[in-house]
Amino acid sequence: MSDLPLRSQLAVALGRTAAKMSRLAGRGDGSVIGGRVGLALDPELLTRLARDRKLVLVSATNGKTTTTRLITAAMTPLGEVATNAFGANMPTGHVSALAAAPDARYGVLECDEKYVPMVLAETGANVVALMNLSRDQMDRAAEIWLLAGKWRKALETSPQSHVVANCDDPLVTWGASGAKSVTWVAAGQHWREDSWCCPECGGPLDRDDQDWRCRQCTFARPRPDWVLHGDVVTAPDGRSFPLTGLSLPGRANRSNAAIALAVVAQFGVQPEQALPLLAQVKSVAGRYTTVEHEGRRIRLLLSKNPAGWLEAFDVLQPAPGPVVLSINAQGPDGRDTSWLWDVDYRILRGRPVWVTGERRIDMAVRLEAAEVPFTVVDDIEQAVMAVPPGHLDVIANYTAFQNIRARYGRVV
Amino acid sequence: MSSDRLKIVWIYPDLLSTYGDQGNTIVLERRAKLRGIPYETVHVRSDQPVPTDGHVYLLGGGEDRPQILAAQRLRADGGLHRAAERGAVVFAVCAGYQLLGTQFGGEEGQPVQGLGLLDITSGRGERRAVGEIVGDVAPELNMPRITGFENHQGVTRLGPGARPLARVVHGVGNGDGYEGAYAGRIIGTYMHGPALVRNPALADLLLRWAIGQDLPPIDDTWANRLREERLNAVLS
Repeated sequence: MSDLPLRSQLAVALGRTAAKMSRLAGRGDGSVIGGRVGLALDPELLTRLARDRKLVLVSATNGKTTTTRLITAAMTPLGEVATNAFGANMPTGHVSALAAAPDARYGVLECDEKYVPMVLAETGANVVALMNLSRDQMDRAAEIWLLAGKWRKALETSPQSHVVANCDDPLVTWGASGAKSVTWVAAGQHWREDSWCCPECGGPLDRDDQDWRCRQCTFARPRPDWVLHGDVVTAPDGRSFPLTGLSLPGRANRSNAAIALAVVAQFGVQPEQALPLLAQVKSVAGRYTTVEHEGRRIRLLLSKNPAGWLEAFDVLQPAPGPVVLSINAQGPDGRDTSWLWDVDYRILRGRPVWVTGERRIDMAVRLEAAEVPFTVVDDIEQAVMAVPPGHLDVIANYTAFQNIRARYGRVV
Repeated sequence: MSSDRLKIVWIYPDLLSTYGDQGNTIVLERRAKLRGIPYETVHVRSDQPVPTDGHVYLLGGGEDRPQILAAQRLRADGGLHRAAERGAVVFAVCAGYQLLGTQFGGEEGQPVQGLGLLDITSGRGERRAVGEIVGDVAPELNMPRITGFENHQGVTRLGPGARPLARVVHGVGNGDGYEGAYAGRIIGTYMHGPALVRNPALADLLLRWAIGQDLPPIDDTWANRLREERLNAVLS
C-alpha cells in the first residue's frame, strides 16, 4: 500500500471517506461509491491495488457470492484475504475490497460475468473460477453465448491466469478453453436448457448423463480433474471427501464447494484443511438464513433466474411444507418477468403456496397455468401469519429478497 | 382441423428459446384443455425434421448466432414452409419473427437470408428497445390492445404482402410506429417470450384459426388483472 503512487494513495483515502459517509447515511456498505471515487481520481487504481497480490476471480450466472465466500473461508490459513463479501461485483467494488485490506497478500473477488475480461486485464488474476452460464435477466444481462466468447478471448490474452472451470457446463467449458492451463471440475449442471447446441460450431450436443460431445465437431467434455458425485468430491490424486458436513444446503452448494476446493488447492490448501472451514459458512449475505418471527422459522432463499429456481426447489422442506414466493421487477431483478415461464412450478403442487411481491399477479397467472393452487397476499407478513407456527420457506428474487431481509433482520 | 387432435409444434427450443418462450405453448395447451379440445405438443429440436401436419407452429426468440442457425436449418428442412402453404397457423416472436421475413441482420449487422414466409425485412437499429410495449391491434383482427415486453435491436420494414399487427401506443415495435406483422394465418411480433400470456384474445385467435370454429369463453380473471395492471403501469 505504502508503495502506491501518491495519487493512488489519495484516491484510496478519499474513496474510503466517501464509503464511510455513505455508510453513515445508511445507504449500504459504501463499497460502490468508495470505489467510484477512487477510480475517478486514479483510473489505474485497480491495477495498482492488485499488484503483488495473489488474486482469484469468481464468476458465473449463479453462485458467485456463495463461492467467493467459500473460497475466502478456505484461504484463511494463508493469511489475510481481501474480498468483496457484499456482492459489489464490479470494478468499483473490487477497488473498495482491495483498498480496505492493504496488507492482504491474497484476494478473492466476485466478478460480474460481463466484467471478467476487463478485470482480468487490469488485475492479471492468478486464478479464475468459472462455474455456470444460463439465461438471466435479459433486459440488463448480456447474451450468454456472446459472453462465453468474450471470456474465451480474454483468457487467450491472459496466459498467466489459471482457470478452474465446471466442465459439466458446455458453455463454460468453451469459454474456459481459451486459457493456457485449466483445472476441470465435474461440478454438475441441472439447468440444461441453454446447452443443447455446441458453442464451437452450433451443432447438436449429444448428452449422456454427465458426459457431452458435439455430433459435428471435436468439441467434447474434457476429462475432469475433480469430480463431484452426489455428496462426495474426488480430488485429482484419487482421494475422496464427503461434503456432508457443509452447513449450506443443496446440490448447488455442493457444486460451489467442489469448485472452492479445486481453487484453494492451487494455493496449496488441501481438502482436509479446507473442508472444516467451508463447513463454518452458514449463510451468505442473508441467503439460507433462518429468521424467527412469531413462532415461524422463516428460511430465506434467493432465486434470480430459472436455473436458480431449480436449485431453490432442491432445498425446500418436503411437501406439504408451505412456501412463499415473492417476485419484484425492479432494475436489479430485471424489469421483465418472462423468465417465470421457463420455471416448472408443478413441483409445488401439494403445498400451500403464498404469492406476494410487486409482480404477484404475474406469478399468479403462471401458477394458475401450472395448476398449482395459490393464495395472493399483499405482503410477506400476511403470508407469515397465515401459516401455522413452524418452518416456512421463502423464495424471492433480488429486491424482494432484500425487502424481506430488511423486514425480518439483516442477518448475514 | 384436419385431424382429431390439435397439434402444437414448438420450433427449435434448443435455438429459439431464450426467455419464457415456452409460455406460449403452455397458454395454448391450457386454453385448449379448458375447452375440452384434445391436443398434443411436439418440441422439435434443430436436428429433427419439422412435422408438416401441425396446426399451430410457435417460434421463439434467440441470440444472433442461434437465430442464423435456425434460419439455415428451417430453410434446409422445408417442413415449416410446407405447413404454412397448407394454411397452418404460425406465431413467431422476436428473433423468430425476424427470421420469417426475407432478410434480417446478423451478428455484425450483415444481411442474412430469412424464410420468406412473411413479406418483411429486418435490420439492426441504432439502439436497443427494452421495455413494455402496447399496441392497438389492426381493426380487422377485432381484438383488444396487445401488451407485452420487448427487448431487441431490430428494425423491421413491411412489404406490400404483410400488414402491421398493431399501431404502437407505447414502446418501439418495428421502429416506424407499428408493431409486428401478419399475413394470412402467420403472425409475428416483437413482444418477446410468453407474448400470449397477457393477450388471451390473441391466443384464442390462433386457436380459432387452427380449429376453424368459435370458442366458448373461459375464466380469464387473472390474465385480465395482469393486463390491466401492466396497461395501467405504462399508460397512466
